[in-house]
Amino acid sequence: MTETFWDRHGLHGVMARFETPEQLIRAANETYRAGYRKMDAYSPMPIEGLAEAIGFKRHFVSLVVLVGGLAGCVGGFTLLWWIAAIAYPHNVGGRPFVSWPMFIPITFECTILLAALSSALGMLAMNKLPMPYHPVFNVASFSQRASIDRFFLCIEADDPKFDLAQTRAFLEGLDPEEVAEVEK
Amino acid sequence: MKTEELEKQAIDPGPDKIIGPGYDYATVTDKISGVVLQPIQKTPRQWWITLLLAFMGLQGLLAGGFWLLYKGVGVWGIIVPVAWGFAIVNFVWWIGIGHAGTLISAILLLLRQDWRTSINRFSEAMTLFAVAQAGMFPILHMGRPWLGYWLVPYPNSMWLWPQPRSPLVWDVFAVTTYLTVSLVFWFIGLIPDLASMRDRAKQEWQKVTFGLLAMGWRGSAKHWSRYQMAYLLLGGLATPLVVSVHTVVSFDFAISLLPGWHTTIFPPYFVAGAIYSGFAMVVTLAIPTRKWWHLEDLITMRHLDCMAKLMLGTGLIVAYGYMMEAFMSWYSGNPHEMFMYMNRATGPYAFFFWMLILCNILIPQSLWSRRVRQNIPRLFIVSLVVNVGMWLERFIIVITSLHRDFLPSSWGMYYPTQWDWAVLIGTLGFFMVLMTLFVRTLPSISIFEVREVLHHLAPHIADDDMSPSPAHGD
Repeated sequence: MTETFWDRHGLHGVMARFETPEQLIRAANETYRAGYRKMDAYSPMPIEGLAEAIGFKRHFVSLVVLVGGLAGCVGGFTLLWWIAAIAYPHNVGGRPFVSWPMFIPITFECTILLAALSSALGMLAMNKLPMPYHPVFNVASFSQRASIDRFFLCIEADDPKFDLAQTRAFLEGLDPEEVAEVEK
Repeated sequence: MKTEELEKQAIDPGPDKIIGPGYDYATVTDKISGVVLQPIQKTPRQWWITLLLAFMGLQGLLAGGFWLLYKGVGVWGIIVPVAWGFAIVNFVWWIGIGHAGTLISAILLLLRQDWRTSINRFSEAMTLFAVAQAGMFPILHMGRPWLGYWLVPYPNSMWLWPQPRSPLVWDVFAVTTYLTVSLVFWFIGLIPDLASMRDRAKQEWQKVTFGLLAMGWRGSAKHWSRYQMAYLLLGGLATPLVVSVHTVVSFDFAISLLPGWHTTIFPPYFVAGAIYSGFAMVVTLAIPTRKWWHLEDLITMRHLDCMAKLMLGTGLIVAYGYMMEAFMSWYSGNPHEMFMYMNRATGPYAFFFWMLILCNILIPQSLWSRRVRQNIPRLFIVSLVVNVGMWLERFIIVITSLHRDFLPSSWGMYYPTQWDWAVLIGTLGFFMVLMTLFVRTLPSISIFEVREVLHHLAPHIADDDMSPSPAHGD
């Protein structure tokens, strides 16, 4: 990515604060319609339709979980097969070494374990968490209220359409409680 | 402070509502985080008393555990033919208690039951702490607990591997997976609330602690999108898991050939019993918690009523299981099976069997009546009775089948010793210590999910602009 003017001059973006989730969704739709693409919306609880409104369409959480689950399933069964047939073959009354129905419970547990771990760790990794520092917390009202009762929309400075004066004026036109510049 | 005002007006809104009146996003945050962030002098006296009693109980585990490690499992009452005793009874009982937490957080999530919101965090914590107690028993029971890691398949110089056809090895996988997944599910659910706690905390050390735990959560819409999918999938994974765990526990019995254990009804009947005892424990814990911390308007009569109904429902499944056990032992025509059942009902442990029928089947029928479901003291007593009843059920299953099996020459009697009781009381104490500390140090009600409920309850503004604009098609 090429470095923009604002990357060099320490601005993460411009942020507007809203009182209700409905206002935030409306503002996000307006912003998208105005041609902005690099933005993020922040809310203290999940809001249906908000991710779509800022143009976020796909995430790969389910794919990661599928891969994790399959790895657990195949890995678990292979481990049992290897133990029972190769590493420690144990003849129990002439029964086959690979008595696979008896391997199902552990295979199942391994599937769930790896799928669950990949769901949690995959979500955190794709969200780039833990993240010790993020510029949005430089806005005082964000760090006090974004996780409590206020709804924020931030148009980021690396958006090609970003222009400090214009973008600020645009956000002020969306009826926010406050518009603030987000320093890096 | 706002929380003080709210504390005074914590009025239960009755059996129809899942949340009291007058809450908005900020006040609900203040209310729930206030329990944790309030100064130590304001902690209710009952909380200190509970913690003290629980801590005293915990000493039983320390003393009993120490004596057991020093002398060996002979200090317990286990003796051939009853080699399983209290350790397995308690193991099955504690694991079962854990099940309600996962049921509330996972299955009710998938079924979109709104009322789960106020109690899911709390019951997930209960699950974790109960499974932790359960996990100790098989390890203590091994005789040489310091070799417990032999249960895990790992390359070792002895060239030995666990037997993958054994239900006891399945148990190791099931219980460790259950503990891990419950912990992950609980922690993932906590992250947004930890961020709220970080932003509400006044003292520096609280800010730092919650800040580290929240990992920089900032509530981005993209994050929420992935978060919700991950949470939903965890719920979807935990649902079959919770069913599998008690199924595997029941296989410990059902795969054996002993009369009274070797039955196909065990898996569903164990799972229903687990959920039954778990709900009883949630009710037992929720009633004092909501009172002491003035949470009656968040954990309302509706929650207690729903849990009472679920107790009644799962209790009826358990009753059906008892009936089928009796029927099958008669219908099998097998003299050992018939004798086993007659021995349960009329043998030396008959008193406990009939107490079990009283506690698990007869007394809970009172939950059909609204006057019991919606009366706090009565509901509390029924929940305690069910807890005891489910413990007795496991006692009857483990002891009566073992003490008189096929050969009368090898019959015997089992009497628990003071060390059995010390360890049981010790785990109860340990569990309560963990629960009391949890309620005081972490948000015991999911704040962000209550906000979601508030958002859904709020009248929506009619607005065409709510849907994504057509420009999004590009």
